[in-house]
Amino acid sequence: MATLSTEIPGTSDKSWGRTRVVTALLVTALALILAKAVGILPEWLNRIPEAAIPPTAQVLDVIFNFIQNDLGLIYVTRFIAEGPLEFLLDTSANLLEGKRRWPYLGPIPWSAIAVVAAVVGYAVGGWRLAALGAGTFIWTAAIGQWKIAMQTMSVIVVAAPLAFLLGLVLGIAAWKYGWFERMLKPILSVLQTLPFFTYLLPAVIFFKVGPTAGAVATITFAIPPMILMTTLGLKKVSPEVIEAGQMSGCTRWQMLRHVYVPAARTEVLVGVNQVIMLCLAMVVLTAFIGMPGLGAKLLAMMGSFKLGRSFEIGVTIVLLAVTLDRMSKAWVVKQPVHFERGTPWWKRHQISLVALGLFVGFILLSQLFPILAEVGRKQHLSQGKEIDVIIKSFLALDAIKGTTEWLRWFLNVKVLIPFRNTLLAIPTPAFILLVVSFAYWVGGRKPGIYAAIFFTIVAFSGWWDRSVITLYTVISAVALATLIGIPLGVIAARSAHWSKSILLACDTAQTFPSFIYLIPAIMLFGVNDVAVVFSILIFAAVPLIRYTIIGLSSVPPEMTEAADMSGSTRHQKLMSVQFPLALPTMAVGFNQAIMFAFFMVIIAAFIGTQDLGQELQRTLAGTELGKNFVLGLNVSLMALTFDMAISSWTEARKRALGLD
Amino acid sequence: MSVTAPVISARNVWKLFGPSPESYLKSLPVGRSFDEIRADGYIAGVKDVSIEVGRGEMLVIMGLSGSGKSTLVRCFSRLHDITGGTIEVDGQDIMSLSERDLIELRRSKMGMVFQSFGLLPHRTVLDNVAFPLEMRGQDRHDRRERALEVIKLVGLEGREEYFPRELSGGQQQRVGIARSLAIEPDIWFLDEPFSALDPLIRREMQDEFLRLQEMLGKTIVFITHDFDEALRLADRIAIMRNGAVEQCDTPDKIVMNPATEYVAKFTEDIDKARVVHAKGLAKPVNGHALEGAPINGGSTIHELARVLVNDNRILLPVADDKGVVTGVLERDTALNILLGAE
Repeated sequence: MATLSTEIPGTSDKSWGRTRVVTALLVTALALILAKAVGILPEWLNRIPEAAIPPTAQVLDVIFNFIQNDLGLIYVTRFIAEGPLEFLLDTSANLLEGKRRWPYLGPIPWSAIAVVAAVVGYAVGGWRLAALGAGTFIWTAAIGQWKIAMQTMSVIVVAAPLAFLLGLVLGIAAWKYGWFERMLKPILSVLQTLPFFTYLLPAVIFFKVGPTAGAVATITFAIPPMILMTTLGLKKVSPEVIEAGQMSGCTRWQMLRHVYVPAARTEVLVGVNQVIMLCLAMVVLTAFIGMPGLGAKLLAMMGSFKLGRSFEIGVTIVLLAVTLDRMSKAWVVKQPVHFERGTPWWKRHQISLVALGLFVGFILLSQLFPILAEVGRKQHLSQGKEIDVIIKSFLALDAIKGTTEWLRWFLNVKVLIPFRNTLLAIPTPAFILLVVSFAYWVGGRKPGIYAAIFFTIVAFSGWWDRSVITLYTVISAVALATLIGIPLGVIAARSAHWSKSILLACDTAQTFPSFIYLIPAIMLFGVNDVAVVFSILIFAAVPLIRYTIIGLSSVPPEMTEAADMSGSTRHQKLMSVQFPLALPTMAVGFNQAIMFAFFMVIIAAFIGTQDLGQELQRTLAGTELGKNFVLGLNVSLMALTFDMAISSWTEARKRALGLD
Repeated sequence: MSVTAPVISARNVWKLFGPSPESYLKSLPVGRSFDEIRADGYIAGVKDVSIEVGRGEMLVIMGLSGSGKSTLVRCFSRLHDITGGTIEVDGQDIMSLSERDLIELRRSKMGMVFQSFGLLPHRTVLDNVAFPLEMRGQDRHDRRERALEVIKLVGLEGREEYFPRELSGGQQQRVGIARSLAIEPDIWFLDEPFSALDPLIRREMQDEFLRLQEMLGKTIVFITHDFDEALRLADRIAIMRNGAVEQCDTPDKIVMNPATEYVAKFTEDIDKARVVHAKGLAKPVNGHALEGAPINGGSTIHELARVLVNDNRILLPVADDKGVVTGVLERDTALNILLGAE
């Protein structure tokens, strides 16, 4: 938090009143801390006594049980799970990986899928995307991961369209009915900050273990941005297009079907892109509830420290992510192009026909050459063991080992552990006051009040120490990421060439499922606190770098020119012109970094942490829905506190600067 | 103006924007000004407007941005529901129409052209033009035939399969015009149709528009903020300011006798000789002795400049299209206008 403090110019009108409130809060907090240091603080002011903590989890369990069994929700959900959803999943699983279910046609030969990917890539984005599409699937097959990759894909091809449809319908409803949008908004912001483990357990309980639960969790996870994008797109339809539709005599349904939704095409497709990417990210994580696929394999390989194979699976996931992302983004920008009149039918549908022809052709070919249908156990090109040896011997080099070990020692002993112990030593009320004063100072009264409410709830949840550890990890990682990310961004923003390449790298890195970031962390630092912080750090640095570059390069050129003509040095220009104007945008990046960190810290439970994530992961093995929910909500509330404070600052600042 | 019943007849129309416009209008004292209404937290988009549009007439509504002209035309087509007063289209109160009847009215009688075209980006030219026909459920073959017909009419033949973004601004507006004409409307609304185009294209489109109007003879409500455009096209001009109509009259009368100071300011810089027609300036014959060839009453003073300067008659007879003398023009008055003298 200390990092942000230097970034706030206190220029608000109410800054004096605000300073007074903040000072009062800080003084009280300090008094409490001092009292504890001298030993006169009563224990009930240090930590909330066990007896005062309400049995939230148990109460929730009772409520859940009531809804689940007495109201019979479980029968509904189980019916969906065992009926239509399972049917869809079985069908896609049969086609892609050859599961023995109706329609008993699969598996489709890998070569046929690769060639279709190439044609689709060509259709939306030319030869480069064609090569990317084909390359991804050829790699997957050649490296011997076809089956697990298709287990993952078979869930995505069901979950993504369902999430799209549901998101579209809910988005339209939210756009149409104000009360529905008002109701949905807070739910969506909680959903977007809720740790993914919290999605998993209810999914398992209500939709039984296996692909159905995975699909449900994935769909739930992917819907919110689709809703938001749909609503946004519909609101942005130009009034004249709407009036043109009305004057053409459209009925309400015709308006929606022929005017609104097609006119919102771009936003809807951006939503599709986000749905696909979130589905991939989530599907990989469903490994934690035992869903087979790339995620499960990666989890197993990392668990047994097989770095070579982990690396290869990581590459597959990254390739899939990049392919899906690039293709869906290319689709967003692709605009229809006309055919001359009298173009014959086959020419209008040339691409589809070619795709179909090649698809059938490769299916037939694979009957002749089995290697085109399936790459067998002995035939694949995986170099897992060799890469393993290379990585491990590289890491064992004296220079590398010395560096990482020193870093590990330094961070652990000199930075992380003392910081953690300090945070843990602060009495609960003082801690809450510190957070509130931060939120108040940054965002103003409303975020301050919410911070007080949210953190008080956390304090009474009975998981205070673990929450503090979660927060400690997030703060350390984001602070380190800021130290690295902002200078990097500033340097990159100096030249257009570097900005462009680094932005591209960041955009690509943001499409990777978060799970991937664990691989380098474990490789470099093994299984410990430093690896956790490191994985969060690289994950959170991406948005920081990205928004620093975007912020600095979006400063209007006439302002920098004015600074140049006023004779400012590069440093003066940066400090007094570029930074102040870029700060609101950079704050968006900072906010995103914090949100990413909260997300990642939970996943890092896999490495072995002592925070909320660890407890959450444990609940997955059982049926403690109430506890799971309380833990998840704690994470969500802490994340929301920061989100509200920083967003509120950003908006106020943008308004003050006349941006937007 | 025709003798038959007006096509559109608006009486005391109000359109207020604000928290609860209806009850506010009821409590509104007579003669409250635009600024006072604004101080009460309401915006008077249309303020007590009464106007009629005759069959086959071209009424141009002129005003600066925010004067309420677009709002007024949207009240005529009930894109906006009015707060008070009545609007009748062909004798029928449009505020009393059900949603179905309103849709039917738009499907059969009204066409509208928009400033930024309002084309559907995902449809080809052909499909955009056929859109209103498709909405009313005409079969594919019919609507294609009709759409091709209108596309030809606006001169876009050969571009049927293009998408809007593949066309220039002028071409896009031709699509907008074609679409509005596809259902053969009786009433044609044009909301600043040429404002988004650059000057040369604008001129060309105005000519095109006049050509179409000559052919089709529709009842037209045309909106513009360009006084020259208004003068060029209008049978009558309604000048609006702060939601109210300042003056509604023929171009000649507006230029010669501005009703308010605001209107006068508009006409100040106008070359009156190019606007005023001989017949507009003519006085009744009233027994004056007339000699020599009459001048054409439909010509502007500017067009008559040579005659006016060279002729030495004090009074010139003015004739209509058929050559019948309808009035008399004082040469001095006409010369004063020509020379810009007051």
